[in-house]
This record gives sequence, C-alpha cells and structure tokens, in this order.
Amino acid sequence: MTSPIEDVAASQAHADEQAEETRKPTRFAGLQRWWNGLARPQQWLVLGLVAVLLYALPLLNPPLLTTPGYDFPIVLCDMARFALVALGLNVVVGQAGLLDLGYIGFFAVGSYVAALWTSTDSTMVKIPYLATLPLAMIVTGFVGVVLGLPTLRLRGDYLAIVTLGFGEIIRLLATIIPALKGNTGFQNIGSPPGAWNGKPVFTITNGTPWFWLFLTVIIVVTLLLGNLERSRVGRAWIAIREDEDAAEVMGVPTFKFKLWAFTIGAAIGGLSGALFAGQIGFVNNQKFDVATSMLFIAAVVMGGAGNKFGAMIGGAIVAYLPYRFGFIADKKYLIFGVVLVMLMIFRPQGLFGARNHLLAYGRSIKRQAARLRRDARGDAALKEGA
Amino acid sequence: MASHDNDIPGDEAPEQHERTYSTGHLSLDKSGEDASGTPADGIPTDSPEAPPDLDSEAAQIVHQDRDIAVAVGDNLVEIRDLTVQFGGLTALDAVTFDIRRGEILGLIGPNGAGKTTCFNAMTGVYKPTSGTVTLEGKPLRGMKKHAITRAGFARTFQNIRLFGEMTALENVVVGLDARHQTSVLGALVRSPRHIREEKTSIEHGMALLEFVGIADKAGELARNLPYGYQRRLEIARALATEPKLLCLDEPAAGFNPAEKEELMALIRTIRDDGYTVLLIEHDMKLVMGVCDRIVVLEFGKKIADDVPKAIRENPAVIAAYLGVEEEDADGAA
Amino acid sequence: MLHALVAESWLTFHWSDFLSNFWNATFDGLTFGAIYALVALGYTLVYGVLNLINFAHSEVFIAGAYAVIFTLSGLGFGPSPPTLSPIAIIGDLLVALLAGALTSAIVALLVERIAYKPLRARNAPRLVFLITAIGMSFVIQYAFFLWRGAVAEPSVTMYQDKAIFIVFGSTIYLSQLIIVGAAVLMMVGIDQLIRRTRIGRGIRAVAQDPDTATLMGVNRERIIMTTFVIGGALAGAAALFYVMKVPQGVIYNGGFILGIKAFTAAVLGGIGNIRGALLGGLLLGMIGNYGAYLLGDAQWIDVVSFIVLVLVLMVRPDGILGSNLGKVRA
Repeated sequence: MTSPIEDVAASQAHADEQAEETRKPTRFAGLQRWWNGLARPQQWLVLGLVAVLLYALPLLNPPLLTTPGYDFPIVLCDMARFALVALGLNVVVGQAGLLDLGYIGFFAVGSYVAALWTSTDSTMVKIPYLATLPLAMIVTGFVGVVLGLPTLRLRGDYLAIVTLGFGEIIRLLATIIPALKGNTGFQNIGSPPGAWNGKPVFTITNGTPWFWLFLTVIIVVTLLLGNLERSRVGRAWIAIREDEDAAEVMGVPTFKFKLWAFTIGAAIGGLSGALFAGQIGFVNNQKFDVATSMLFIAAVVMGGAGNKFGAMIGGAIVAYLPYRFGFIADKKYLIFGVVLVMLMIFRPQGLFGARNHLLAYGRSIKRQAARLRRDARGDAALKEGA
Repeated sequence: MASHDNDIPGDEAPEQHERTYSTGHLSLDKSGEDASGTPADGIPTDSPEAPPDLDSEAAQIVHQDRDIAVAVGDNLVEIRDLTVQFGGLTALDAVTFDIRRGEILGLIGPNGAGKTTCFNAMTGVYKPTSGTVTLEGKPLRGMKKHAITRAGFARTFQNIRLFGEMTALENVVVGLDARHQTSVLGALVRSPRHIREEKTSIEHGMALLEFVGIADKAGELARNLPYGYQRRLEIARALATEPKLLCLDEPAAGFNPAEKEELMALIRTIRDDGYTVLLIEHDMKLVMGVCDRIVVLEFGKKIADDVPKAIRENPAVIAAYLGVEEEDADGAA
Repeated sequence: MLHALVAESWLTFHWSDFLSNFWNATFDGLTFGAIYALVALGYTLVYGVLNLINFAHSEVFIAGAYAVIFTLSGLGFGPSPPTLSPIAIIGDLLVALLAGALTSAIVALLVERIAYKPLRARNAPRLVFLITAIGMSFVIQYAFFLWRGAVAEPSVTMYQDKAIFIVFGSTIYLSQLIIVGAAVLMMVGIDQLIRRTRIGRGIRAVAQDPDTATLMGVNRERIIMTTFVIGGALAGAAALFYVMKVPQGVIYNGGFILGIKAFTAAVLGGIGNIRGALLGGLLLGMIGNYGAYLLGDAQWIDVVSFIVLVLVLMVRPDGILGSNLGKVRA
C-alpha cells in the first residue's frame, strides 16, 4: 500500500494533461505540457528570463512588434495597463464567476483619486504620487463594497447590470460635479520621484520608466493573487463559479467570498487607474468610455476562465492590435464585441484554456509523482528484461 | 429575493417527474413474493456483509479526533412539527422525529411524500413555515446554509453537484475548508496557519478519498470521473466538513446491485466510525438492509417510525406503497 | 483640512427651483416614465421566460428609433412642423410606428437566434449568457456607430405641439397626453394578451415551469421567439414616442442609458411583472425628474435612476408589486 501522498502525486500530475485532453486541446497544449513537466526551480528560471525580456522590450524595439506611428514604449505602457486590468478583472469574472461590467468605473475612480490628490489643478491637500496608489486601492475597494453589498446577495444578473450602470454613472458624475472639472480635467498629475542626469525619470513623454513600473506592479500583484488562488479563498471562488448553491452547502460563506473577489478586483482596477493617471499626466471625463469595459471583458474571456496568465496576454493583445494595425482602431469595439460573442458560442474556455492549481502544495506532490512514474517505468522495464 | 435565490433546479422538480415511472421500482417486499410473479428483492437484514478493504491508517487520519464506534445513544437531532408550505400547498405537515447519535436512520416514502422537502428544510435550503430543527439542543432556525454545515450537517445531492472543474482532491479540500480558519489576508501573505492547513488538508483529503475508495483518481477532474466515483466523491466531500450528521440523498440512484452492496458496506463503515447517517433512498432492499430505524412519510405526514422489521409489516406503510393510487399529492409547488 | 477637502462644490441643491417646478417635473416625468415602461416590458418578458437580462434590448430599442426617424424623413418630415392635415399626420405616424416595431422585433429575434439559442442548446452556464448578451449589445451599438457615425440623426418634428390645459399651474401638452395615453393603452393590451390569449398562456406556462410546460405540449422555442418579438415590437413602439419626445436623441449609444433606466423601472415595479413595469416606469420617470430639478442639471436623471436601482435591490429586490411572470393569474 502506497501512502496517500504518493497516490495523489501520481494522479494530480495527470490532471493537467487530462484537462487538456478533455478541453479539446489548444494550440498551446504542447507548451503547457512542457511547462507542467518542468521542476519548480526550472519554472522560476524561465519566468525570470521572460521577465528580463519584458523589461528589455522598450529598449529592444523589436522590428516586427513595433507600432508605426506610435511611440513603442507608450504602447507598451498601454498593453501593461490592460494586462493589469485583465489580471484584476480575472479574479472577479474568471475565478468567482461574477460579471463585472463596470470595471472602467473603478479604473476611473482610481484615476480621479490620483488626480485630486496630486494635480496642481486640484484644491485638495497634496500627497506624494506613490501614496495615491494604495489610497486609490482603498477608495475603489470601498466603492466595490458599497456596490457589492446590495447586489451580491442576488443573482449574478443584477450585479452585471448594476456594474454596467456604474461604469456610465462615474463618467456622468465626473461631468456634472463641479469639483471633478468635467471636460477641463486635471493637468500635471504627480509622478514618482527620482532624477537622472538632472532630469526627472518619470515624465509623460517617456514611456519606458512607466512601463517598468507597470511591469513591477503586475509581477507583485500576480504573486499575491497566486497565493490567494492556491488557498481556501481561491478554492471558494472556483467552487462558487462552478455551483454556488453546492458551495454554500459545503460550508463556503459564498456572499463573503464573492464580496472579497469583487472588492479585490475593484482595488486592482483602481490601482491601474491611478498608474494610468500618472503616466498620461492628465485626467478628464473623456477617458472612461463604458465601452472600454467590454474590451476588458473580452481580454479576460480570450485568456480563458480563471487563467491569470491568459487574461494578461488577452489584455495585452486587446490593447496592442489597434496600435499595430491602425485600420482597426475605430472598429475595435465592433471587432472585439464580435470576438466576444463568437468565443462564448464556440469556445467558452478561451484561447488558452488552462486549469487553475488550487492546492498550495500541489507542486511538491507533483515532483514526487514524476519520480514515482519514473520508478514505475523503471520497474516495468526491469520486469520486461527479466 | 427568495424567489430568485431558492430556485435550485432538481430539488423539488425531479420528484414531480419521477412520479410518472415510480410505482414499478418501488417494490416493497412484504411476503417474499411479488404480484407479478418475479422474485422479489430479498431483504437481507442480517446477511453478512464484508466491510470493504479499508486502510485503518487512513481511517485514523480522518478520524483522529473521533471516538470510533459510538453506540446508538441520545438524540442528536430533534425535528419537531416541521411544516413547509409552498403557496397554499403543504409539502410537509407537522413532521416530528428524532435522529439518535450513531444510528443510520432511513427516511422513505412514495414519490412526492416530502422526503427531499424535509431534507431541504433541515439543511437550510428551504425556510420551514413552522416547527423546529435542533442539533444537540441548539435550534438551527434562521441560520445560513454554510453555518448549518459548520454546525454539523453535511449532505450529498440527489442529482450530483460536484465542482466539475476541480479535481476530486480539490473537491474534498473545499469540504475541509469548512473547518479552516485562514483569512484572506492570511492566504495573501502565506501565514503559518495557512501553510499548516494547506499541508494537512492534502493528507486529510487523500485519506478521505481512500476511505470511500476512490483515491486512485484523486487528481482527475470531477466532471471526468465515472458515475460511481462521482457519487462516492460527494460522500467524501460531505464527510470532509466533519459533520455530526451525514445526510445522503438517494446515494444509490443509478447503481447496479453490486455497486449498491458496496455502498451499503460503505454506509455501515461510516456509521461504525462514529457518524450518524440520515438516508433517503428509494431502493427498499438497501434501506431495509442498512438502516437501524426508518421513518416513513406519506403526503407530507409521518405515518410510521420504527425498526425495519416492524416497518415491513406495518399496514399503513404497505398501503402507502402498494395500495393507494397516487393522486396529486406531491410536494412540488 | 476639511476646508481643503471640500473647497470646491460637489453638490448644490436647488430647492426653490424644485418646488416651483414640482408639477411640471411630475407630468414630464410621467411622459418619460411611459417610454421607460414600454421598454421595460421587453426586459420583463424575456426575464420571465428565460431568466436572463437581455442586455441587447437597449440596442433593439435604438434600432427601432433609427427606423422611425428614417421612415419619417423618408415621408418628408423635417426639423420644422409639417403642414399636413391631422389625418395625414396620424397616418404617417402609424407607418413610422409600424416600421419601428417591425425593425425592433426583427433585431430582437435575430439576437435571440444568433446569440442565445446556441447557448441554450448546449445548456451553457449563466455567466456565458450574460457575457454574450453584453457582447451583442456592443456589437449592434458599434455597427450603428460605423454606419451613422458619432453624431445624432437630424431631428424631425412630427406635429406642432400645443398646450391643452393647465393643471396645478403647470401646462399639459398634447405630446404628453399622446405618449402617456398610447403607452398605457399598449400596456393594457399586453396585459390582456398575457392573461387571456393562448399565446399568453403559453408564455405564462414557460415562465412558471419550462420543463412542465414542454411536457404539456407547449413549444418552448416558439414561445421564446414570440416573447422576443413582442418585447421587441414594444421597444419599437416606444422608439416612436422617444423620437417624439427627444427628436435629437437618435444616436448610436442613445439606447444604452435608456436601457438601464428601463431595466431599473422593471426591477422597481417587480421584474417579470407586467403591471409592475408600468408602475415602475412612471415612478422612475417622476423620481428622475425631481432629482434633476433638485440638483440643477438634467444629467442627474441618470444618476438618480441608478441610485434608485441600487436602493431597490438593497431594500426590496422583488420590487413593489413582486416579481415573476409565471405567477400572473388569468
């Protein structure tokens, strides 16, 4: 009799391959199998290399990727912004299965927090720009709780329409509340400190430092969300997505965890909004079209339900394509709307369907499993030889 | 709000549909022969069932803090005058019975008699119109479903409701999470408690899967498991919440006779490990064979409450199953 | 510190404006409310039979509005009031009504067949339906954007509006009477249709219990299509009154906010409840207008309506009259 751990090791390792088989495997199945076959340190090494490559992107200016007519580092900032947004929205939509259509609203709240507390056009108290990042998260998280409390007890439809309304209402409030300065907006929004050769590092014309900041934030957020995913929190989210009533009956306080997902998502939206405000240095009511929410949803859905790397890639693609192929820029809402509907009808698991790992120590099990399987093969070979 | 929240498909509706083909397979054996001449299902009340090959080490991990083999004793759950009405329809009419610690109690009745309604009212899916359910003397009225689970009720679903995109082990760990304390913040920073809980939950979960006999497929996605495995996984997931009372809603539905035998053995083992079991089941052989005591419902009322032997000879029960044509008396609204 | 935080004005209340315009706001609010109510019916009916918020219903409505305005300009209507006889005007308006209703019904039916039916066929999760619904909404919206651009259609005036009588010192206009009267008439008609006819029985049966209804020989697919057609036609009819009330409001995203308000009206009255839609629409119209006068900007209507939605969901999610189409008794 093998020990329980060894048993689970063998079958847990099998789960991803199996997930691929039953999902009608993606084009990326081979890549996934390779990835799952790597040991943890090897995976860290690969991720590290990818990170270095990403950090180097604005300096490399790779020929096929660059965007004629647009400053490439600025485009990269935009892609990173969408990736961060998709990462946050993925918690809400992909993992907890809640449809949040007002993500642009949280994004806008975050931007206005940064603007109101740092812009020279604002009469409010000034604080350092970097302090507005956590502040934006707190404020948007609070707004998330206010919206979530009445709606998350009800069926998902209500959350969807309330958030949809919220996305539009925020823009309206920015227009009609005098203190938010409508179309005039706020100039000279703060930026992180630091100078090089006597010039400030973070300026609105140079995208590179901002891209690095975005990237760093994305990495930190990804690691933290990964911790949540492989805990009872992440399991509760997936359970709620799969069957909310069954989850409740299994002792999951569904309302509490839905509220957490919604709030965490909102806070990340606010964070990206504050970063965006700093990067472009100017905020007014024209920057938060509710249709952008639909692009965000499309990014997450393209990535595949709950898969955070997929969502980030989806976000980057959604942001990138209109820059690279200028002729689609004014048609992007139509195109991504069609993509969204088509995906839902024909491929609801997204382009890069991958399974979430929900056990913190699933990996250690897996290494054992690989060893076990090698041993088993060795045994079989011995037997055949004998 | 309630009208949206409580529309759990399959909790009430299936009773309605099953009615159309129910009378046939509800063969209650009263004298060893059947009207149609086919040999009736024998009811082996005392046939020696070999308990499944259980790993005692695994059982020890699952039940480290549990008294093995609790004798049938005092009342664990008391149900008093439980009434459920849907609109003007009374699905459950002042039903009173007890569940004693350490017993396997069967809850039977013709289709639409109110078994599932009773079950749902106990586990908080429906709000009872009146009456009380107490667990160890504490009333459960008004508690949220997840709180009732943590108070000590666990259940399986008649129509299997696993988390399809999770592996079998992950499904069980969701059940274990009911007893875990890690907060969102704790998980975010990987607190020592989080790490401890995550480590033990893999061992516990694995032991539970072994206990119900499906450890070999621990890492498979629940939706890809064979049917019998899914049924057993439901039981493992419910056990993971460390219930005082395990409620099984037709756990043998869709099983062949051999699988039913295995299931009976499993239910007995669960009881022998100190759990109290409430069993809703259609299959008389299984109910008679495994239950210590049986409560019979008809038209939402309790008509009998006795040991299997007495139930089998109870004229009211026989009439309920064989005599009366089923009229429009089902519990569905 | 506090002064620095609130140095600039966030909210100003215009109590005297509000009080002096109270009845004016009420009657105009009722007019808007009648339009909300007609659109709300589409949400309510679809929600009743499919348990789904049809996000694309706002675009079903705006498609009808385009049809109405194209028809009217085709018939020679322009920015200034026409010089036709009243009978001719009524005839033309009926043609426009028909065009709007037909267009909206077709768009609604297309949405159902393209976006929802395949999902129903494979029993997709609810989230998938909602995402598809919102996707369809944006697809239609931006199809109009690409076709007609980001500007509103040139406005048409259907007839010379005139004051009819004065109540509580507030003038009642012909257009207000026409809109509220026609909308209430249509709502009563639909209410009777649902309560008395075979189609209505079918819709009620599916709303109550789709499986049993199918067992009893109701063709569920046909009922669903019928529901979309009826809801669409009503949205198209509402579009005529919308153009009558807001001639400069036909723009690609013009349906979006109106859709949210109509949905709010449906929830306020009790979603799935036909009489609730009328009550909710009229109430919401008034509340929105009060908010606008009180806060001094018409754009507050949308914000106030949104707050109403959140409050209703918080306090009484079943709405004033309670929800569920299936429970409507004959």
